[in-house]
Amino acid sequence: MDKLDRHLLNDFQRDFPLVPHPYAALGEQLGMSEAEVIGRLAHLSDQGSVSRVGAVFRPHTVGGSTLAAMAVPPADLERVAALVSSYAEVNHNYQREHRLNLWFVVTAPSPEAVGAVLADISARAGLEVLDLPLLEHFHIDLGFDLKWS
Amino acid sequence: MIDSIDRAIVKATQDGLPLVERPYHAVAEMVGIAPDEVMARMERLLEAGIIRRIGLVPNHYALGYRFNGMTVWDVADSDIAEAGRLVGGLDFVSHCYHRPRHLPDWPYSLFAMIHARERADADALVERIAAVLGPLSRGNLVLFSSRILKKTGLRL
Repeated sequence: MDKLDRHLLNDFQRDFPLVPHPYAALGEQLGMSEAEVIGRLAHLSDQGSVSRVGAVFRPHTVGGSTLAAMAVPPADLERVAALVSSYAEVNHNYQREHRLNLWFVVTAPSPEAVGAVLADISARAGLEVLDLPLLEHFHIDLGFDLKWS
Repeated sequence: MIDSIDRAIVKATQDGLPLVERPYHAVAEMVGIAPDEVMARMERLLEAGIIRRIGLVPNHYALGYRFNGMTVWDVADSDIAEAGRLVGGLDFVSHCYHRPRHLPDWPYSLFAMIHARERADADALVERIAAVLGPLSRGNLVLFSSRILKKTGLRL
């Protein structure tokens, strides 16, 4: 990853241009061609440094979502983790260091559909699921300074 | 609110914009509307705050931010707005949410996500949040992720 890649990654986390040729507009700011911007972004995506280029949506504007947590006995963790990840409605699933060791986000077209997924997971895992829906958000997500060192 | 065409745009872009010369034209083709309308609608969704931002979404973990900490704080309901304002204003906090507590096991009501390259850096960030909250925090925990089992964009 060179200096231009780092600029690409850090400087365009917001205000990505809504113009017919947005990659050409980025290239103009960085002094490279549209094709080079597209090529570099494809490479950064392939190597996993970029998750995607696109819109970040405010939670709860399209359907419903919640953060859920489970206390899974260690011997059962692989099975339950795979079960949870198998749901298309689960977009984040993390193992964390706590008695509540499995944390996942459920997103679905409606709050009722979110509740149905939680109930289904709870029944199939044979474990209680803690439902921690967002009540209020306090941070305007403008991206994150990568502070290259 | 958003209509069925907006939803179709969300669905067409949730995995990201295509890496082609004219990505909004490609989205327009998928949705079946004019490219200008795709851009105008996305602009409107941005202005309405439904889209928070359009841009690159870096994979922090792949970039060396291995310490992903979910910090959780027990804050009295009467203090939550003030605590949220203080913590949500810290530039190193990527998300800050009020969530319901589940007593007796889970008294924590304020969630703030932090990301660091080293454990010591993460600990220092937690200290800074604790300092900002002062007596507003009645207790806290940090849950580091030991494994990312699944992570994808928004799904419709």
